[in-house]
Amino acid sequence: MHKFTVPIGPQHPALKEPESFNVLLSGERIMKFSARLGYNHRGIEKACEERTYIQNVYLTERVCGICSHAHSSCFVQAVEEIAGLEIPRRANYIRTLVGELERIHSHLLWLGVAGHEVGFDTLLMYAWRDREIVMDILAKLTGNRVNYGINTIGGVRRDINTDQIKDVSKAVKKLKERTEYYVRVAKEEVTLIKRLSGVGVLLPKDVLKLGAVGPTARASGIERDTRKDDPYGAYGELDFRVITDDHNDVYGRTLVRLGELLESYKMISQILENIPEGPITVKAPRKIPAGEAVSRYEAPRGENVHYVKSNGTDKPERVKIRAPTLANIQTVAKMLEDRNLADLPIVIAAIDPCFSCTDRLTLVKDVGHGKGRKMRWEDLHSHSIQWYKARGIDFSDLNKKMEKLLK
Amino acid sequence: MTKEEDVQNELVKKFDFLKDKVKIQRSRRIFADVAAQDLRSVLDHMIKNMGFSFLCTITGLDEGSVFGVVYHLSTKDGMILNLKIRIPKDKPTLETITEYFPSAEAYERELMDLFGMQVEGLPKGSRYPLPDDWPAGEFPLRKGWKSKTSKQEGGI
Repeated sequence: MHKFTVPIGPQHPALKEPESFNVLLSGERIMKFSARLGYNHRGIEKACEERTYIQNVYLTERVCGICSHAHSSCFVQAVEEIAGLEIPRRANYIRTLVGELERIHSHLLWLGVAGHEVGFDTLLMYAWRDREIVMDILAKLTGNRVNYGINTIGGVRRDINTDQIKDVSKAVKKLKERTEYYVRVAKEEVTLIKRLSGVGVLLPKDVLKLGAVGPTARASGIERDTRKDDPYGAYGELDFRVITDDHNDVYGRTLVRLGELLESYKMISQILENIPEGPITVKAPRKIPAGEAVSRYEAPRGENVHYVKSNGTDKPERVKIRAPTLANIQTVAKMLEDRNLADLPIVIAAIDPCFSCTDRLTLVKDVGHGKGRKMRWEDLHSHSIQWYKARGIDFSDLNKKMEKLLK
Repeated sequence: MTKEEDVQNELVKKFDFLKDKVKIQRSRRIFADVAAQDLRSVLDHMIKNMGFSFLCTITGLDEGSVFGVVYHLSTKDGMILNLKIRIPKDKPTLETITEYFPSAEAYERELMDLFGMQVEGLPKGSRYPLPDDWPAGEFPLRKGWKSKTSKQEGGI
């Protein structure tokens, strides 16, 4: 059969973020899949070297709009390790609480997207409606729906009070009820099971070879979870299970994420019950002594890795960020081998990709201009005239003719 | 003996040149300096016999006259071994480790784009993460490279 290549992206109505896929097809079958990333590269690693540690807490929080807390936590953990700071237990509990609430909003978001990609839009509407419950809670606790700004070096910036604890536990009760309903849907709804089973298969040996992380790895039976393997925050003191599944496909990834939601509710109840009293920060030095640290964090999509190297000043020497999608995207080609083109959207969605985190850095091209500045309307007008003039398009004759006519 | 000390002893026992070069920073974090030409033999042993079967990422460092490259390997139970090599800046070449970890490709392409290192043995493929029309010889993560705001790309 004649083979042809279909380019998808970097700008495409079906994509939520810019990324480019090339799919070699033979009829409806995918022969080869390749991805070109980098369209969201924003220069964050370089920018970190030019900013102070405190500024970088907010900058790393903006690596990703969904798992923002995951990145700022991972960064502050590394800095605290270098500086030898032992943060108060209460701060650890609050960080973990926000981290689990973030996982809930991210997994519910994913559930909606997955429903949408397989044409089950009722699930999208339901899941995203319920997601608002956790978004409201996050806003109540931190002041923001995303980019919570709760972390600082040496602890957290906001305490929680008993009223908030009551609100959270009420919300979690409701969310648990709803999630149990989704588990029932996933286990009983035949259309959904048939659409997701056997799609996007990734065998355990391929997980190990390709280095997949998070729910993508756990749905292929690989019990790998940083919260258990390399405990941080309050996870060492919490009782929870690492959810795995052996379906090895998109259906398994759905069950793993739903199972993780239920575990998150369990953890949050334990946190609210056992949160210790005490301060929420320790004083952190402005200058961090020379050293290096590797920090890991189980973000909703899988393991985040931050490497921080300090040089004794108030700015880091190097910050390296590895977000989970970069580890997972490499499995997609394997999952799509010899599959139908129609499976492509859900298979890509099933790793819960976040290209914004993955790319981190678009550097501005160096063309020798000055810094960004504010422009008034007249400046903007003359800027646009100059911009076209520089490219050989000159409207001044036309303008003169117009002026004459008007006279 | 702790698990970390086991790994340290194994490294020193197996490889003479690693004497005094392996440091346990805290539980589950081991750092070791390796000469570039010895990296493969150490990697091979740690992957095949010591269970360091995951590659977390590869970090590039600009250290003045040399580049540092740190390979962060991990075991199933959360231990991380950070193997660091140094290569001269005037001849910044290193060999790929994609035959051990296919996932290393993306991290090695980052070293090429952002530091201007040459990674030998990589399969053909598109660059990552910089755009295709990025000017040659501009390596943003080198210390001498400074970012400038541009009217062209950043709106106004």
